[in-house]
Amino acid sequence: MIRWLLGSIGLCLAAMQVLAADPITIGVGYLGIAGTRSTLSLVEQPAANDGVAGAKLAIEDNNTTGKFLNQRFALEERRIKEGEDVVQAATDLAARNGFVITDLPADALLKVADALRDRATLLFNAGAIDERLREADCRANVIHTAPTRSMLADALGQYLVWKRWPRWLLVVGSHDEDKLYADALRRAATRFGAKIVQERTFEDTGGARRTDSGVTLIQRQMPVFTQQAPAYDVLVAADESEVFAAYLPYRTWDPRPVAGSAGLVPRSWDAAQDQWGATQMQNRFMKLNSRRMTALDMQAWTAVRMIGEATSRTNSGDVRKVTEFIKGPDFSVAAFKGTKLTLRDWNLQLRQPILLVDGRMVVSVSPQEGFLHQVSELDTLGYDRPESKCKLK
Amino acid sequence: MQAEMSDVIRWSRRREGVLPPPRAGEGWGEGISSTKTPQEARTLSRIASCDAIRPPPQAGEVRTARGQMFRMLMATVLVALAFATPAHAFVAYVSNEKSNTVSVIDTDSWTVTKTIKVGQRPRGIEFTRDGKFVMVAVGDDDTIQVIDAKTPGVVDTLPSGPDPELFTQDAAGKTLYVANENDNTVTVIDLEKRARLGDIQVGVEPEGMTISPDGKTLINTSETTNMAHFIDTSSRQIVANVLVDARPRFAEFKHDASELWVSSEIGGTVSIVDPQKHEVIGKVNFEIPGLRKEAIQPVGIGMTKDDKTAFVALGPANRVAVVDATTRKVTKYLLVGQRVWHMAFTPDEKYLLTTNGVSNDVSVIDVAAQKVIKTIQVGELPWGITIAP
Repeated sequence: MIRWLLGSIGLCLAAMQVLAADPITIGVGYLGIAGTRSTLSLVEQPAANDGVAGAKLAIEDNNTTGKFLNQRFALEERRIKEGEDVVQAATDLAARNGFVITDLPADALLKVADALRDRATLLFNAGAIDERLREADCRANVIHTAPTRSMLADALGQYLVWKRWPRWLLVVGSHDEDKLYADALRRAATRFGAKIVQERTFEDTGGARRTDSGVTLIQRQMPVFTQQAPAYDVLVAADESEVFAAYLPYRTWDPRPVAGSAGLVPRSWDAAQDQWGATQMQNRFMKLNSRRMTALDMQAWTAVRMIGEATSRTNSGDVRKVTEFIKGPDFSVAAFKGTKLTLRDWNLQLRQPILLVDGRMVVSVSPQEGFLHQVSELDTLGYDRPESKCKLK
Repeated sequence: MQAEMSDVIRWSRRREGVLPPPRAGEGWGEGISSTKTPQEARTLSRIASCDAIRPPPQAGEVRTARGQMFRMLMATVLVALAFATPAHAFVAYVSNEKSNTVSVIDTDSWTVTKTIKVGQRPRGIEFTRDGKFVMVAVGDDDTIQVIDAKTPGVVDTLPSGPDPELFTQDAAGKTLYVANENDNTVTVIDLEKRARLGDIQVGVEPEGMTISPDGKTLINTSETTNMAHFIDTSSRQIVANVLVDARPRFAEFKHDASELWVSSEIGGTVSIVDPQKHEVIGKVNFEIPGLRKEAIQPVGIGMTKDDKTAFVALGPANRVAVVDATTRKVTKYLLVGQRVWHMAFTPDEKYLLTTNGVSNDVSVIDVAAQKVIKTIQVGELPWGITIAP
């Protein structure tokens, strides 16, 4: 089959050189929310073009390849403002673009997926890490390049167990997504043989993330908050809402490392990642966007590269054909993570190694050695096929 | 005794800085047995060279017993070395990506005779056709340095583009073609004048470079575009692009020009391309029992002069595959060091030397016997290798 495909591509190439027809244009939409969320650390404050900047780079990369195949890629960005109808914006984008990359909350993404269900449009979820989008609420027209909470938690859990830090003090924020992340961390502890010695909740009582009085108060609060804990090896914080985790390192009552939402953090990508030829990509990104590349940028880059990979392999811009190839058994994409990335066919989640980063360096990459799997070691991260509740429709 | 030995080995490897605990089916420790295997010789020589940097004892570890172990092993190594039979002496140059050095190996004594300081991140390395100079691409310094093989030391630089990685030269040794990873170009350099003649635009992250035996076609592979670009050397125009599997890293012609072999690191295959029809006509697939497929990442390729046998370095699979170049089937896997990158034959084709990135050594393969016979410790993260013509 592949041989046949490649052969026909070769023939087409030869034919095209003679004909030099108009290039096929492949439209890619990018749908996100206007404005950025606030982080505790000023250096982690996302740029306004977080995510779409990665898509832009992938469009350039695809176009470099495309010029040899007579394919041209174009990106159309759309940001939803407060009160705007996400479905209408998505439908509008889909009218001109066969592929749409989304950075949307789970509910909005589901609305969009259901609204576009009867069209050929293929959606790529680059932003939402919610488990339910790959489980009970999975959709046949949504491919996930963002990792899930359980993949992130498992990646961290494997490392902490490998490092022989099995006793965790779990501190959970009071928001829903913090609780979901805590669920994933608890699951990871159970799976890999770690023990949560105690759980504490950090209530969000509101307040500004940046104040002129600065660290004085925090320095008094954090040691007190973490005192009188049972013996533990590592404090694991679940704080997706950016309320407290970044305050914990160096301030815990007992001198212990921090991991989870601060300290050692699991991410799909990091600006410090320079293994497996990533330096070239980091340089290209910097040149194009004048800033460093984030995990969201990478998740969008990967989505657009998946489209490029499939259009070049099928030598087609036809959405149905390309979608079929992406979902098929021969698809894989290279994304500077030392191994090919493939799709879990039962829920369309992209398998990927997860980096463990400390803000300056890549400390490790999971799956850790020794965590074995009969199909792919990448499937030791997150929910595996037998556990899946997804029925693709 | 056995457990003790493998413990020592684990330590020495860990000292090298990269390795977590061992895993099932992944090479190391496999070489330990009571009979002398090439692997054992390899491991032993490793230990010898690591003796100086042995870590302090851990809690519960008995130092004196280990010291004795080491002395015993050292003695064994010396005996093993003394019995090594010398061949014709050639000189191999190995680029050490991390140490920013080039190790010079004498193939008579199989020892490193000199270590040359070069620029940052040396990778692609090749002798000039006349054997007088060695060119080494130092990517992070955006140039190619020229080493005088006589002194030996760096005497000049060549005007490559940014981040040169691999390069190739024409048969006459007059023109050099350089893949510049950072800006999607191939740079053409006049070797006599040491001047830049021009650039050719190619795909994303150009890497593998080779030239057809007749010198008329230059091949460049681009890692993210996943193509082998066929470039006419006289017009310097791309005449064909052939899609191969993901992350093509290295290309090698058969000496009779009938086939072009392209390794795909992430795809895990070697594509065989018909250079006339510009079509993939076959693929070499690899399968190693007990090893996950993702660990099989083909990189360097070496083809014997009779075009009958190809050797393919499989990266983190820690093996070199021996491939029947006619049937395109793997006949044997040779266990070498960790993360094997590139390779070079001695001119008499008796030996094939491979660079093993993570274990910081070079494996010597007896080509006729298809056996690893020796391991030579070099600098950190050895990458490229070239042998004097």
